[in-house]
Amino acid sequence: MAKYILKRVLYMILTLFLIATFTFFLMKMLPGSPIASSPKLTHEQLAAVEAKYGLDKPLPVQYGIYMKKMVQLDFGVSYQFKGANVTELIINRAGPSFLLGIQALILGTIGGIILGMIAALRQNTVWDYGSTLIAIFGISIPSFVFASLLQYWIGVKGGFLPVGLWENGWQSSILPTIALAMGPLATSARFIRTEMIEVLGTDYITLAKAKGASGLEIAFKHAFRNALIPLITVMGPLAAGLVTGSLVVEQIFAIPGIGEQFVKAINSSDYSLIMGTTMFFSVLLILVIFIVDILYGIVDPRIRLTGGNK
Amino acid sequence: MKKSKLVWLSSLILVLSVFLAACGTGNDKDTSKESGSGSKENSGSVDATQELNVMESAEIPTMDSVLVTDTVGSNVLNNVNEGLYRLNQENLPIPAMAAEEPKVNKEGTVYTFKIRDAKWSDGSAVTANDFEYAWKRAIDPKTGSEYGPYMMDGVVKNASEIGKGKAKVADLGVKALDEKTLEVTLEKPVPYFLSLISLSTFLPQKEEFVVAQGKKYASNSDTTLYNGPFVLEGWDGTGLTWKYTKNDNYWDKDNVKLDTINVDVVKEVQTQLNLYTSGKKDRAGLSGEFAMQYADNPDVVKDVESSPFYLKLNQKRDGKTDTALANVNIRKAIAMAFNKEDLTKAVLANGSFEANYLIPAEFTFDEEGKDFREVNGDMNKYNLEEAKSYWEKGLKELGTDKLELDFLGDDSDLAKKMDEYLKNQLEKNLPGLSIKLKEVPFLVRVDLNSKQDYDIQVAGWAPDFQDPYTFLNLWLSDSQQNNMSYASEKYDKLVTDAQTIYATEPAKRWKAMADAEKTLIEEDAALAPIYQRGTMALQKPYVKGLVKHNFGAQYSYKWTYISGK
Repeated sequence: MAKYILKRVLYMILTLFLIATFTFFLMKMLPGSPIASSPKLTHEQLAAVEAKYGLDKPLPVQYGIYMKKMVQLDFGVSYQFKGANVTELIINRAGPSFLLGIQALILGTIGGIILGMIAALRQNTVWDYGSTLIAIFGISIPSFVFASLLQYWIGVKGGFLPVGLWENGWQSSILPTIALAMGPLATSARFIRTEMIEVLGTDYITLAKAKGASGLEIAFKHAFRNALIPLITVMGPLAAGLVTGSLVVEQIFAIPGIGEQFVKAINSSDYSLIMGTTMFFSVLLILVIFIVDILYGIVDPRIRLTGGNK
Repeated sequence: MKKSKLVWLSSLILVLSVFLAACGTGNDKDTSKESGSGSKENSGSVDATQELNVMESAEIPTMDSVLVTDTVGSNVLNNVNEGLYRLNQENLPIPAMAAEEPKVNKEGTVYTFKIRDAKWSDGSAVTANDFEYAWKRAIDPKTGSEYGPYMMDGVVKNASEIGKGKAKVADLGVKALDEKTLEVTLEKPVPYFLSLISLSTFLPQKEEFVVAQGKKYASNSDTTLYNGPFVLEGWDGTGLTWKYTKNDNYWDKDNVKLDTINVDVVKEVQTQLNLYTSGKKDRAGLSGEFAMQYADNPDVVKDVESSPFYLKLNQKRDGKTDTALANVNIRKAIAMAFNKEDLTKAVLANGSFEANYLIPAEFTFDEEGKDFREVNGDMNKYNLEEAKSYWEKGLKELGTDKLELDFLGDDSDLAKKMDEYLKNQLEKNLPGLSIKLKEVPFLVRVDLNSKQDYDIQVAGWAPDFQDPYTFLNLWLSDSQQNNMSYASEKYDKLVTDAQTIYATEPAKRWKAMADAEKTLIEEDAALAPIYQRGTMALQKPYVKGLVKHNFGAQYSYKWTYISGK
């Protein structure tokens, strides 16, 4: 196990290095400059500002400097937010995104599991069709449509919850959480239903029934646990996506999250922020995938992490 | 371990695809402006609670006045700080930190300002040194200011030389003669100097404070110092929310009525409107399709902006080979061949209006207060017959009956709609013309523009100071903004004369600039004007005296009050 983890960590570092390199050069290929008023300045004026930020150096030199600093966990300062430290900026902005992501993930997964189980246990009844319908809506309607609808009907018309902004504590997080949770809810409901139906038809369930186990016991102890494996596979990357923020939902509810900052950084060629957010997202995604692999072994002991004797 | 490879490969692809997908979303520059102004009269009862709730469409990038280049930053600075001059309710520069009109020498090159008895928010006095320090800091290459050199080069003495390393920062033509006297030496007479120094680049900074804060200076509301009508509170440097509260140390605080202004950054127009409708906010900008949707709402306020939009007609592709647009008749034909009224009323429908000129209406005025626009009036108006006859003449001179032109524009929804309309009009009205649309994100357009890699391009310009020269200097043959190989000796001479030999003779200067505009637009048809931007916003009727400026900072809250909420 220790050997496996060590190997994985080495691969993770290699992956991050490659992502950093690719992103750095791709980013430099983007047209435009992070100097906001570059279209207005004369060549000499622009050159002076670029020299101040070290943008006048040859690309490989800039790359070298950047990588050296990155290894020391120094992501530099933002160009849009003059002088703001990128690491601090990401930490400040990641908070709300993280909170929304975790809440949405919990709500979505638990809601989805309940819906999926109801559907599977009451197959081909009104319950089943109802939960399938919800799942189809959840998958096919994008989160920003839900966000807009919730904002209008519950925020503006109903007036129960804040229309937007991040000022009323957890109340502000309710609507965006629901909007974000619809996707994972639908996905997990579909997976749980399909898997449970399959597992419920297997021999060992029949055996469990024959042994006189109660319906609930069968559902939770035998069927549900087996149905979890494919769910973990899809939930991993989904979780990474959620906690790193959703651009559109954050914009709709005017939430100071990290998602919308990423796109803004690209549009304004804010090099240090592009790199900072990309690396942040990458680390999260890679970590989540790693955790998922470890979880497999816990959920299903048949899956062994070390390859054995090939 | 096949799986591990797959894992890293797929995660790499995922991350890169997120990155690339995000690249494709373009920018939303033209949806980002919130605007409009309320009633400017200062009458009516004043409510007990003086609290205003507004929104901005982007974050504050910095509060360091010498580094600010964007609309939100300059807007905030305009309300929490004050320079020698500030714009009044009529968009005219009036003495602010300057106690009175400056003394100017006969040549118009040395200005001596008396500084008013005013205080910083920490209680210390605002001195002439604060201006000398800030202006020198703005020009110092070590600061990396963009607007410092942009605004001062060729204006304040030695500014250009400092940028080239030929003079020291200490040689900049600004000097505190004593605590309350500031002497500014210019390179040459600059008729618009007082409106120029109302911009945020020319705000004062207290040396002691800036040095003490070091790198943290102006990066959040606690590390910034204020001398304006309000002080900033609750701004953490990158956040989406902040607050202005009345500055008790402000010299003119008796005229400031608002106690608090709550600001939130809301980037979605629909969300802005929802917050407005629910009563949470007092003003919301209307852009894009929302303008049309809310046009009949009684709360709509309309404002004129001083930004002209036009077609740039590139005469030399890549700056080398002549295009068909090097022919003046072809240019004239294009300039007259599209219906601007229909375009602004039916396609844009956002408060923008037809323009047959370069220098915007309601922007600059002569000494009697007459709009510069009245001198030349409309030029090269939409005229189908004339357009067709110029077109035939031009084609004959070129010896062809068919032309294909590349048309470069922005990629926002509204810009695309406009491009489509213009393509349709031009192709329909000028037989033999085919237009190839190319719609790209803003930064790409800037890049293609600087390479002159286009035939026709939709572009616009926002003024930097209140004088026709801010637009006229763009098209000088050696201007780096030209980027369409327009070169006219006559035009160059008129514009240069206005800045040099006529610099101290306002009437002749005005005439020279008007002639220059006529040469550029009417005779040479170097540009084909389209529209002057107008904006629409929703504003609650109880908000009074909110001043919207047509250049520089967008709003002044100094004179705003709440009445009848």
